[in-house]
Amino acid sequence: MEKIILPDIPDLNKLDVYIANGGFQAAKKALQMEPSEVIDIVKKSSLRGRGGAGFFTGLKWSFMPKVKTKPHYLCVNGDESEPGSFKDRQIFEKNPHQLIEGIIIAAHAIQAQTVYIYIRGEYYRWIQMLQAALDENYERGHLGEKMKQTFNTDFYCDVYIHRGAGAYICGEESALMNSIEGKRGYPRVKPPFPAQNGLWGNPTTINNVETITNVPKIIANGWEWFASIGAPKHPGTLLFGVSGHVNKPGVYELPTGTLLTDIIYNYAGGVPGNKKIKCVIPGGSSMPPLRGDQLEGIKMDADSLREAGSAIGTGGIMVMDEDTNLLDVLVRISHFYHHESCGQCTPCREGTGWMEKILRRIQSGQGTSKDLDLLVDVASNIEGRTVCALGDAAAWPVKFMITRFRDEFEKYVKKEVVIPVKNKIHSMKYTTYSVENIKLPESTKP
Amino acid sequence: MAFQFTEENLKRIEKARQKYPTSLAAVMDACYIGQEQNGFISDEVVEEIARVLEIPKTDVLGVVTFYTMFHTKKMGKYHIQVCTNVSCMLRGGYEIFDAVKEKLKIDNMEVTSDGKFSLEEVECMGACGGAPMIAVNSDYYENMTKEKVLEILDSLQ
Repeated sequence: MEKIILPDIPDLNKLDVYIANGGFQAAKKALQMEPSEVIDIVKKSSLRGRGGAGFFTGLKWSFMPKVKTKPHYLCVNGDESEPGSFKDRQIFEKNPHQLIEGIIIAAHAIQAQTVYIYIRGEYYRWIQMLQAALDENYERGHLGEKMKQTFNTDFYCDVYIHRGAGAYICGEESALMNSIEGKRGYPRVKPPFPAQNGLWGNPTTINNVETITNVPKIIANGWEWFASIGAPKHPGTLLFGVSGHVNKPGVYELPTGTLLTDIIYNYAGGVPGNKKIKCVIPGGSSMPPLRGDQLEGIKMDADSLREAGSAIGTGGIMVMDEDTNLLDVLVRISHFYHHESCGQCTPCREGTGWMEKILRRIQSGQGTSKDLDLLVDVASNIEGRTVCALGDAAAWPVKFMITRFRDEFEKYVKKEVVIPVKNKIHSMKYTTYSVENIKLPESTKP
Repeated sequence: MAFQFTEENLKRIEKARQKYPTSLAAVMDACYIGQEQNGFISDEVVEEIARVLEIPKTDVLGVVTFYTMFHTKKMGKYHIQVCTNVSCMLRGGYEIFDAVKEKLKIDNMEVTSDGKFSLEEVECMGACGGAPMIAVNSDYYENMTKEKVLEILDSLQ
């Protein structure tokens, strides 16, 4: 299979090698087209966003105003903060020039003259690599005003890197825009959507790094070629990052629709010690987990995973073997979302904290089975009631982990409550425990 | 004496400012530069950033306290960041964290008395394929074991 994003060409991160392998031919071709033609090709290719939501990229571009009255912006999202996701880093390291070529084509399609690449602050070394690649392309006249001569066109764009500073929420597109504007990373209420009202109130498009890196190959080889790879409704390849209990963790570029079991056993080398799999999170920690005994036949594309009761997310596959304590995993996930909640919406700010507290109570051996119901209830009350999807991302793992692994979680909780103190029986009406389950100390019995 | 940016850093901030249509947008770059020069972001650094960018102090402080990579107290020369998020946890992230704690005799977000090391339990750093991992300042070290981590700590002078 031909690889689109990370081809097996040595030293592809060097500009000369990239050009020798057909680099910047797609940009030349696209810059001679009308922006609407470029958008049309990407639309027909059915390229979908690789950042989690899986929205159609061409359609997203087409939302930008056709007549330019204000500056247009393109933001490239390389925040990559989803636990279990580590794919964009490979692109910065191994194929930065294809990303830059994709940016030129995308910027032309939406007529954006300023492009910001948002990269998480921890990726300082990769920021340096990409900045070096950008500088090289400026020198060669692939970016900036010199583009006009190089590509014989009227269009030019400038590309800047904006370094994040360790906030998960800034991977959310509107929080990302606030962060670029120099504000705290609070997500914005939509509508208005970024295509109307984005950076500094101007039309803006936000695309994932991997999404943009696909674009040059689509222009060079045609949309028919791209649409024929992988699953028809979600074509192309994906960078699957496999981590956790596998023999060969790493990033594997495979066509969409590849079997999940194929990725785990054939590419990632199976589970150490040939243990059984208890649980798999297929798309980064926000996505609903799948039971290990129900992985047969699940294909890795947006629609198949939705049918299987999860989502493709960022394609970060976390594998947990049969000896994993799922309670510990869920406590860790809940702690993460509690820590990363920006604090803007009450259900998320408070709910994530309560979920963590209840889970820690269970962890300390003080939980009852009512706590499991309470957790599902709290999660359901966060879901869909917040400005951005972090609320959902915090709720899903809790809700689905407990409902899908109820048998496992029941092991960690008690059914009965012992009230050791006399004369406290009247206070029971304020508790959530049902009276039948209360075991009174012998001495208080009538 | 109050904190002042060096000539060179003023130029770097000016360059960052050129990237954006507003000077507020350069605040994160300025915070990084301030943190680099001063070691951490004190009230005086906040004031200086606000003065240089001509923005209210509250805007600077809001950003400094929101993002976890800006430190409002002095951290060690080597800031050891250990990831304990799920992928690292499954492969022994907590054992690494405990080993570092024991070796340095400090807890999360504390600094050793000689000011050489500080420790932070961090969220996913995007190196799940090389789990468990640690980062020392900006450098990633992947596929860690207890022994390797202790070796790295010994090698830092």
